[in-house]
Amino acid sequence: MRRELRDESMNRREFLLRTAKAGAGVAATCFLAYWLYDGTPPGPLQEQDELVMLPDFSMPGLGPKMSIVTGGDRIQTVNRALKAIGGIEAFIKPGDRVLLKVNAAFATPPILSATTNPQLAAEVAHLCFKAGAASVVVTDNPINDPESCFNLTGIAEAARSVGARVFLPTEDSFEPTTVKDATLIRGWPLLYSPFVGINKVIGIAPVKDHHRSGASMTMKNWYGLLGGRRNIFHQDIHNAIKELAMMVTPTLVILDATTAMMTNGPTGGSLADLKRTNTMIASTDQVAADAFGATLLGKTVAQLPYISKAEASGVGTADYASLNPIRESTG
Amino acid sequence: MTIVTVRRISQALFLGLFLWFCIVSSLGREWWQLRGWPVNWLLQIDPLIALGTMLTTRVLYSGLLWAMVMVVLTILLGRFFCGWVCPFGSLHHFIGFLGRRRRPAHDRITLNQYHPGQCIKYYLLIFLLAAAAGSSIAQLVRVTHGHSMIVSISVIAVLAVLAVIAILRFISNPRRAIGILLVVVGIWMGLGSFLPLDRMNAASLQIGLLDPIALVYRSVNLVLLPVVDAGIHKLSTIQRYYEGAWLIGAIFLAAVFLNLRIPRFYCRFLCPLGALLGVLGRFALWRMGKTRDECTACKLCDADCEGACQPSGEIRINECVLCMNCRSSCKEGLVDYQTSPSASGEITSPDISRRGFVIALISGISAIPVLRLSGEAGPNWHPEVIRPPGALPEEGFLARCLRCGQCMRICPTNIIHPAGIKGGLEALWTPTLNFRVGTSGCQLNCIACGQICPSAALRPMSLDEKLGRKDYATTGPIRLGTAFVDRGRCLPWAMDRPCIVCQENCPTSPKAIFTRKQFTTVRGGVLLVKRADALRVEFEGNPLEPGQFATGDYYCTVGIETDDHRRRIVENSGNTLAIAPSWPWQSPPPRGSFVRIQVHLQLPFVDPKLCTGCGICEHECPVRVKRAIRVTPENESRSRERSLLLPLAGQRQ
Repeated sequence: MRRELRDESMNRREFLLRTAKAGAGVAATCFLAYWLYDGTPPGPLQEQDELVMLPDFSMPGLGPKMSIVTGGDRIQTVNRALKAIGGIEAFIKPGDRVLLKVNAAFATPPILSATTNPQLAAEVAHLCFKAGAASVVVTDNPINDPESCFNLTGIAEAARSVGARVFLPTEDSFEPTTVKDATLIRGWPLLYSPFVGINKVIGIAPVKDHHRSGASMTMKNWYGLLGGRRNIFHQDIHNAIKELAMMVTPTLVILDATTAMMTNGPTGGSLADLKRTNTMIASTDQVAADAFGATLLGKTVAQLPYISKAEASGVGTADYASLNPIRESTG
Repeated sequence: MTIVTVRRISQALFLGLFLWFCIVSSLGREWWQLRGWPVNWLLQIDPLIALGTMLTTRVLYSGLLWAMVMVVLTILLGRFFCGWVCPFGSLHHFIGFLGRRRRPAHDRITLNQYHPGQCIKYYLLIFLLAAAAGSSIAQLVRVTHGHSMIVSISVIAVLAVLAVIAILRFISNPRRAIGILLVVVGIWMGLGSFLPLDRMNAASLQIGLLDPIALVYRSVNLVLLPVVDAGIHKLSTIQRYYEGAWLIGAIFLAAVFLNLRIPRFYCRFLCPLGALLGVLGRFALWRMGKTRDECTACKLCDADCEGACQPSGEIRINECVLCMNCRSSCKEGLVDYQTSPSASGEITSPDISRRGFVIALISGISAIPVLRLSGEAGPNWHPEVIRPPGALPEEGFLARCLRCGQCMRICPTNIIHPAGIKGGLEALWTPTLNFRVGTSGCQLNCIACGQICPSAALRPMSLDEKLGRKDYATTGPIRLGTAFVDRGRCLPWAMDRPCIVCQENCPTSPKAIFTRKQFTTVRGGVLLVKRADALRVEFEGNPLEPGQFATGDYYCTVGIETDDHRRRIVENSGNTLAIAPSWPWQSPPPRGSFVRIQVHLQLPFVDPKLCTGCGICEHECPVRVKRAIRVTPENESRSRERSLLLPLAGQRQ
C-alpha cells in the first residue's frame, strides 16, 4: 500500500515535470511561429541596394593638362610627357596610395602590344614611388585567366620588380556600383577591393583597333574594372564606354602609342597588325587623350561615337587642341 | 465504438481528403474543380516542411503556420499524425494489414518487433535538416559580426547555455564537458572571424525527396492520376505526361509493397517526418503504456503494433504511432493511453549513436556545397532547365521547392515536368518546362502554378505582373526564356517550304516572332519554254508534277529576277503552268527562253525584346522530334546571370 502511494507521488512528480517540459516546447513553438511568420511571398528580382561608388581621383584646382611626346623609347617619352604637364610630383604626393589600371586583357606576350607595355607600367610605378607614394597597386580584370594574363604580358614581374603590388581579382573582389546618371552601369559588379584606401588612379592603355567600338584606348581601358556578364554591354558599346568614362575620374591617363595596333584588334596576334607610331600621351583629360589617339589610328572623332558622347556628358573635351597640349620630342 | 474504430475512421477521412485534394487540383468550371479547396492543407500541416523551409529561408511562410498547430498537438499528444492523419501512413497501414491478416499471432509478433534499423530515419532527418541548415549555420556563426554588443553577447550566452546542457546530457563528466565547450566556442569564434562561411556554405531544401506528404502528393499527382485518368479522361482531355515519372512511380510502389515484408516499412525505417514527430512527442502528456508491469506476457499487444515500439516491454515512445492496437488487443485491459509512463518502463530517446549523429550532420552540411561543384545551379546551367513563371532566383527557389508536384498537377497545358538530373542531383524533381509535350506552351493568361505553390518557390503573382501591365508596365512581362530559330531545321529556312506556324501562334502583341520575305528559285525550277501566251506557258518535256506549284506560294519570273516581273502561278500540269489572270504577260516569254519558278517564303525571326519564352512556338513547331524553334532560359526575368539584352533605350530609367 505504501509502495503504491510512493509510486503515485513519483508518477505525479514525473508528470508535472513532463508537463513543464511540454509546456516549454509549446511556448517555444509559439514564439518561433510568431517570430518567423511571414504571410507575404517574396517579390521579383530587386536591384541591389548596397552600392559602392568610385570617388573623384583628379587633382583639385589643377586644370586640364595634356602632353604629346614623340620618340621610340617609352621610358624617355613617358618621363618627358609627365614632366611637360608638371612632373609626377604635381599629381602624386608623399603618402599617396596609387592604383595603376593597366590593360592586361589578354594572355599574350608584350611584343604583340595587345596589353599595356610592362616596362612602361613599371616606370610609372617607379616614378610614383619616387614622388613619395606609400603604395602602388597594379590591377585589371582581364578577359583571359588573370594569373596567365599578368604573367605572360610581363606586367606582374615588371611591377613587382619596382615594388608595386599586383592585384589579381577573385570572385570576392567585386561590389555592385551604379554610375550617377548612367543607364547601363546600374547595380553592376565593380572591381572594388583594390580601390579600398586608394586616393590616386592612373590609367595606362595602349592604342588599339577595336572592331566593335572602333578603337580601344584610355576610356575603353576602364572596361577591365567591370565584373559580371559585362560583355552584354557590347550591344551598346558607345554608351557603355561613355559611362565607363563617367565612372572613373582618374588622376591622369597615359596613352601609349609607341606601337599602335592598326588591324585585327583588340587581340592582334601578329607583328603585321602593328605600326610604329612613336608617341606617348599624358593627359588629365581622358576624352582629349582618346581624341588625339584616334588620329594615330587614322580615325576621326566622328568615327568613334563614344568620344562625342563622353564629351557631351561633361567627362572632358574632344577638342584636344583646346588644351594646348605640349608637344615635345625625345629625338 | 472502440478507439481503434475511431482511428480507422480518421485515417479513412484524411486519406479520402488527400485523394479529394489531388482530384480537385484541376482547372475547370465544375464545382469539384479548383474552387478554393485547400488542396495544400496536408502539406501545410507537415512540421518537417515548415521546419525545413524555416532553416533555408528563416521565414515561416503563410499557410505553413498550420504546421505549428501540428507541432503543438504532437508535443502534447505524441506522434498521432502518423497513425491517424498521414495519408501515406494510412496506405502503408492498410497494405501491411492486408499482408499479415491471415498470419498467426506469433508471426505477426515477430514482424512487429523493434528493429535496430529503425534509427535510420533519424539519421536521414539529421542529414536532410543539416543540408537545409548550411546557410543558417553560417549566419549563426557570424551573428556577432555587424551587430551591437548586446545582441552578440546575448546570442553567445544563449548558445553557450544550450551547448552546456547538450554536452552534459551526452557525457556526465562536467570537467570534460566544459573542456569540449571551450573548444567548440573557440572553433566557432575562429570560424566566424576568419572564414567567410556564408560564402562557403550553401543550403537547399532536400526534405521533399523523402517527406511522406510531399512524396505521396508527387506520386499521386504524377503517376497514379495520369495512369488512372488515361482510361477515363475525367481530369484531363489528353494523356498527361511527366518526364521520368517511372522513377517516382517505382519508389512509390517499392514503398507500398515493402509493407508486405515489414508492415509500415517506410514509416519505421525511412520517414524523416516520423522521426521528427517522434522526437517532438518525447514529453507528450499522454502516452501508450501498461498500467501494471505484471501481465501474462502473451505479447498479443505486439502482434498488431504499427510502430514496432514494443508495448509489451519497455515501450519506445518515439516509435509509437498511437495506432492503439495494443490497447484493444490486450485481453486483460492492461494497456492504455495515459498520463503516467508505462509500468514496464519506457524508452524516450531514439536509438542513435553520437558517431552516427555527427556523420549525418557533417555529410548533410557538406552535401549541398559538394553537389554545387557540378555547377548546374551556376555557370554550367543546362539549357533545358526552364523554370515556371514566378520561380524565384535559383538559390531561393531551391531553398523552398518541396518537389510536391502541385504545380505540375495544376498546369493546364501539362508543360511543367519534374526535372531529372539535368538540373543537377540537387534539383531532382523540381519543376521545369517541357514545351514538346502537353497541349500548348505556357498560357499567357494563366498564373495557376504560382498560385498553388505551397511554399512560394514559385511566387504567386497577379496577371498584371505576368503580362507586364498597369503597375508593371515598366518592368515588362515575366520572361521564362527566349526562343531561338534553328535555321538548319526550320522548313522555310532550310527546306524552301512555307510554314511560319511559330509566328502565327506567337501570343504577344506585337508578335515577338516576325518574318522577312524571300523569293527563292526552287530546286529544278529553271525551265525551258516551248511556247507561251499571255497567261500560259508550256515547257519542253514533262518536268512538273501536276498541281505542284498551284498552292499560291509559287511565282514565276522571266529573265532577270526582280519583284516587278514575278507572277503568281495559279495552276500547273505536267508541262504547263498558268499565271494569275489579273496580270498577264505583255509579251509572253519566247520559245527557248527560261522561266524560273520561285517560292515565296516568310523567314521567321525572334525579337528578343518581346519574346517571353512561353514556348507556344516550340510546342506548335511542325518539326516534331527536335523542334526548329526552341526556348532556352536565356534572358529569363529571375536571373541576372542569364540576362541577354541591355534594357531598351526607351525603358531605361
